[in-house]
Amino acid sequence: MTDTDTRPAASVTESGARRTGTENLPLGKAINAGLRQAMLDDPKVLLMGEDIGPLGGVFRVTEGLIQEFGDKRVLDTPLAESGIVGTAIGLAMRGYRPVIEIQFDGFIFPAFDQITTQLARMRNRHEGGVTMPVVIRVPYGGHIGSIEHHQESPEAYFAHTPGLRVVSPSTPNDAYWMIQQAIRSDDPVLFFEPKSRYWPKGAVDFDSEPTPLHATRVVRQGSDVTVVGHGAMVTTLLEAADIAAEEGTSLEVIDIRSISPLDYGPILSSVEKTGRLIVAQEASGFVSVGSEIAATIAERAFYLLQAPVLRVSSYDTPFPPAAVETQFLPSPDRVLEAVDRALAY
Amino acid sequence: MAANSNDFSVPTVQLLAPDGTFAPNEAAEEFVPYFERLTDADHERFYREMVVIRRFDREAANLQRQGQLALWVPSHGQEAAQVGSAFATRPQDHIFPSYREHVVGKMRGLDVVDVLRMLKGLTLGGWVPEENGNFHLYTLVLASQTLHATGYAMGMQFDGATATGDPERDEAVIVYFGDGASSQGDASEALVFAASYQTPQVFFLQNNGWAISVPASRQSRTPFALRGHGFGMRSNRIDGNDVFASYAVTAKHLDDARAGRGPALIEAMTYRVGAHTTADDPTKYRLDADLADWVAKDPIVRLKAYLENRGVAQSFLDDVEQEAADFASDARKRALEVVAPDQDVIFDNVYAEANATLVEERAWFEAYEASFEEAQS
Ligand SMILES: Cc1ncc(C[n+]2csc(CCOP(=O)(O)OP(=O)(O)O)c2C)c(N)n1
Repeated sequence: MTDTDTRPAASVTESGARRTGTENLPLGKAINAGLRQAMLDDPKVLLMGEDIGPLGGVFRVTEGLIQEFGDKRVLDTPLAESGIVGTAIGLAMRGYRPVIEIQFDGFIFPAFDQITTQLARMRNRHEGGVTMPVVIRVPYGGHIGSIEHHQESPEAYFAHTPGLRVVSPSTPNDAYWMIQQAIRSDDPVLFFEPKSRYWPKGAVDFDSEPTPLHATRVVRQGSDVTVVGHGAMVTTLLEAADIAAEEGTSLEVIDIRSISPLDYGPILSSVEKTGRLIVAQEASGFVSVGSEIAATIAERAFYLLQAPVLRVSSYDTPFPPAAVETQFLPSPDRVLEAVDRALAY
Repeated sequence: MAANSNDFSVPTVQLLAPDGTFAPNEAAEEFVPYFERLTDADHERFYREMVVIRRFDREAANLQRQGQLALWVPSHGQEAAQVGSAFATRPQDHIFPSYREHVVGKMRGLDVVDVLRMLKGLTLGGWVPEENGNFHLYTLVLASQTLHATGYAMGMQFDGATATGDPERDEAVIVYFGDGASSQGDASEALVFAASYQTPQVFFLQNNGWAISVPASRQSRTPFALRGHGFGMRSNRIDGNDVFASYAVTAKHLDDARAGRGPALIEAMTYRVGAHTTADDPTKYRLDADLADWVAKDPIVRLKAYLENRGVAQSFLDDVEQEAADFASDARKRALEVVAPDQDVIFDNVYAEANATLVEERAWFEAYEASFEEAQS
C-alpha cells in the first residue's frame, strides 16, 4: 500500500480504447486526452504532482485519470517540488516515465536545483548509461488575472540549461500530440502549457500525428513582416495579423512550438521573404528566448534583413498586480507598433 | 518530551567497546541476533576491508599531492561505519553514495580507480551502477541523491520488488549522506517522501562531526537520529566506529525495509580524521585535543583488538598489511595509466535523441579543431 489517507479508493477501470476522429476540445482537455493515451500506451508512464488525484489538478488537466489508472500511476505527492522532481529522477532510473505537474509557473523554483543540476545532466554524467524520460508540465503565463507567482513565464531559465528540451503548444491539437511526443522522448522535457489558453476550444484530430515535436510552424501566411512567438502569444500575434490585414499589412505568423531546440528553418525562410522580423513573448525581454532568436537571425540572415529584429516583451519588472497586467503583457497593439517601426526602416 | 529543551538524548547502539571487548550495551540488545549472523570469516573480512581502504586512502592523497589528482576525498576514520553498513546490503539492493564511500563501492565490486579517474578530471561519473553492484554515481550537490534514492525505492515498491515474501529477492535502497547535507531541504523532502510512501529504504547519515569547517552542532541541536522519529520512521544512533553496530543495525533496518516495513534512519557517530578534502586545512578550525580523542577511538584498532582477543593468527594480520600495500600500489600504478577522454566527450550523451543545436555546434567544433591539424601538416 502506498496510501493510508482518506481519499476515496481509486479503482482501475477497464482500459478504454484509443480515441479516433476529430473533436472540438479545450487545450486543457486535449492534454488530459493526451496523458490518458500515453498512460494506455505505456504502463511505465505515471503522473506526479500536487492535487492531481481526486481533484484532477487545480486546472483539472488530470481529471478522471486517478479513477481510470489508480493511485499507483497518479500520485498525489507530498507538497514539495524538489522532492517531486528528485524522486521522479529515481523513478526514471528504475525505468518509469514520470510526468510531473507543477501547480503554477512561479512554484517551479524549489525544484530548480533538481532540474538543472541533476535531471538535465543525469544522462551525461552517466555517459549515456541512463535515460531521463521525465516530463515536467508547467501551466504558465498571464492573462488570467491571478495573484503573485501565478502568471510567470520562466521558460528561458530552462532553455538555457543543456540537457533539457523545452516546448510549448499553442493549440489543442498540438497539445494533444505534443504531450504524447514529450512523454515518448528519452530526454527530459519541460512542457509549458499556456494557461490562458486552457479553456478556448479547437479541433483535435485524434487520427494523425501532425508535426514533429521540435518543429516551428507557419500558422498564417503573409508577406510584409514575420512575427514569431510561442504559447498564448500566438493568439496575440494572430489578432495583430487580423488588424494589420485590415490596414493593408500582411503579417506572417510563426508558432515557435519548440523553444529548445529551436527550429530556425521556417523562420529563416520567412525572413527571406519579408526581410522583417518581430519576436514577441510574455516573458521579460532581457536575456530571453526572444533575445536568442533575434541574435541568431541577425547572425544568419544579416543581408536578408531590411530592418533590425525587434523584440516585443513584457517589461523587465516583476509581474505586476493583475489590475495592470494588460499594460504589462504584449498586446496586439504593441506588436503592431513594432510592425510599424520595422516597416519604417 | 524532554524536560529541558536542550536535553535531547538518544541511546547509542554499541556492541564493541573502544578497547575491543564485545560488550553490547542496552540499546544494542535487539541487534545482537543480527550480529550473530556473522562468522569469524566475516569479522576478518571487515578488518581486511578497513585496513585496505585506509592504505588506499593514503595512497590517493599522495597521488593528489604529486599532481595526479585534482582532489582527494579521504575516508580515514569512517571505515567502520561504511564497511559494516555495506556488508548488510544484498546483491539486489541499490546503494546511493555521497562522495566519501569508497569502500562501499569497493565492496560492491567497483574498481576504485574509477573514483580516481573522476577526481583526476577524466569523467563526471565514471562507472555503470548496474555493472558495479548497483553502486550509483557519487553526487556532489549535497543531499540530491537522497531524493533519487527515495524515488528509486518507490519504483521498487511499484514494481512489486519488495515484500514479496522471499528475502532472497526483496530489494531495498541505502543512501549515504552527511551531517552537513542533512540541513539541505532535499534531505528533509526525501525523509518526507520515504515516510509517506513507506519506501524500502535506509538513510545512513554519517555524522563525522564536520561539514568542511562547520561543526555538526551548527546543523542540528537535536541528535539527527531523533529527526527520523519526527519524520515518522524508525531511527537509531549508533557508534559509527563500531563495525559490528554498523552492520547489525543496518542489517535489521534493511531486512525490515525489504520485508515492507518501511524506511529507517541511522545516525552513525564517527569522525573525519583527515581533512575534508586535500584542499582543506583543518588546523584552522578544530582542536588537536578533539582529534586525539577520536583517534583513540579508531575503528581499526578496535576491531584488531577484538580479533587479537579471539586469538587471530599473526599471519592473518600480516597478510592483510601486505594485501593493503599491494592494493594501494596497484591502484597507484593504474591511476597513472588512465587516459584522457576523446574530445567528443563534450558533445556525447547530452541528449538521448539528436538535438539540432548540438548537431550544429559539434559540426562547427570539429571543423574548427580540424583546422589546426591542417595548419600543422
Ligand atoms: C548544495 C551544496 N552546497 C555546498 C557544497 C560544498 N560542500 C561540499 S562538501 C560540503 C560539506 C558537507 O558536509 P557533510 O554533509 O557533513 O559531509 P562530509 O563532507 O563531512 O562527509 C560542502 C559545504 C556542495 N557540494 N553542495
